[in-house]
Amino acid sequence: MGAVNLLFVVQRPPYKSENPRLALTHAIASQTAEIYMDDGDSVVPIIVFVGDGVLNAVKDQQAMKVYGVTSTESHIKSCLMIDLPVWVCKEDMERLGLKEDNMITNAEDMGADLKTKFVSFAEIQKEMDAVKHLLFF
Amino acid sequence: MGELTLGVFSSLVGSMSLDFSFKIAEAAIAKGHKVNMWLSGNAVMMAKKGQKAFKDYSHNEKLMKELMGKGMEITVCEACAEARGYHKEDVPEGMKRASMDWYLAKTVKTDKLLHIGGE
Repeated sequence: MGAVNLLFVVQRPPYKSENPRLALTHAIASQTAEIYMDDGDSVVPIIVFVGDGVLNAVKDQQAMKVYGVTSTESHIKSCLMIDLPVWVCKEDMERLGLKEDNMITNAEDMGADLKTKFVSFAEIQKEMDAVKHLLFF
Repeated sequence: MGELTLGVFSSLVGSMSLDFSFKIAEAAIAKGHKVNMWLSGNAVMMAKKGQKAFKDYSHNEKLMKELMGKGMEITVCEACAEARGYHKEDVPEGMKRASMDWYLAKTVKTDKLLHIGGE
C-alpha cells in the first residue's frame, strides 16, 4: 500500500472543545502507527487550522496556568518537532485580526527545523483533493 | 466486498451521531462489507458495560454486540477512556482498547474512512 496521506482539518477553537486536542494527538500518533501496519506502509499527516480553529495556533498560551492543562501550543510545537506539517489558513487569521506575529511560527525552543506554514484556503482545498482521507475535527 | 472504517468522536448522549454511526455500520455489514469502528473522545461512553437501557436515552449496547457478533471490530481510545474513568475491566466483551495509532493504521488498508467528529 505504501504511504497514505491524511489531512487533519481543525475548525474548532481550543479548550472548550476536545476536538483540536484530539486532532493533534491523533496526528502525532502517526509516529507509532507502524506497529499495526505491514512493512512499507505508513501514514503521512498534515494538520491544518481553519475557521475559528486558527485560534489554536495563537502563541504564548497560558493553559497550564489558567486551566491546569497542556496547551494546544505545546502540541503544535510537538508536531513541528517531529516534522509533521502544520498549516494555518491566512484568510481566517485575517478575519480574526491575527497577524503572523501573533502566531506559533516555529518550535525552535524544542529544536524543530520545520516551521508553521501560513496558507491560502485555495491551497488547503487543493490538499483536500489530493489526500486519501480527510479527518474533520 | 469492501472495508469501511468509522472513526466516531460523538457522545452517546447529546447527539445522534453515534447512533447513526451504528446504523451505517449495520447497513454496511448487511451488504457484506467489513466494518471497523474507532471510538474516541466522548464516543468512549460505549466502553462502559452495564448501562441501563432507559427509554429516554440512546442505548446502543445491544446493536453493538450484534454487530460485533457479525465480525465488526470495535476499538476504543484507551487514553480517552481512562481520562473519563472507564477502565479495562469496564469494557464490554469483544471490544478492544488501543492507543490512537490503531486508528491511523486502519486508514492505510481501508477502502473508505468515515470520520464522524465530536461536539
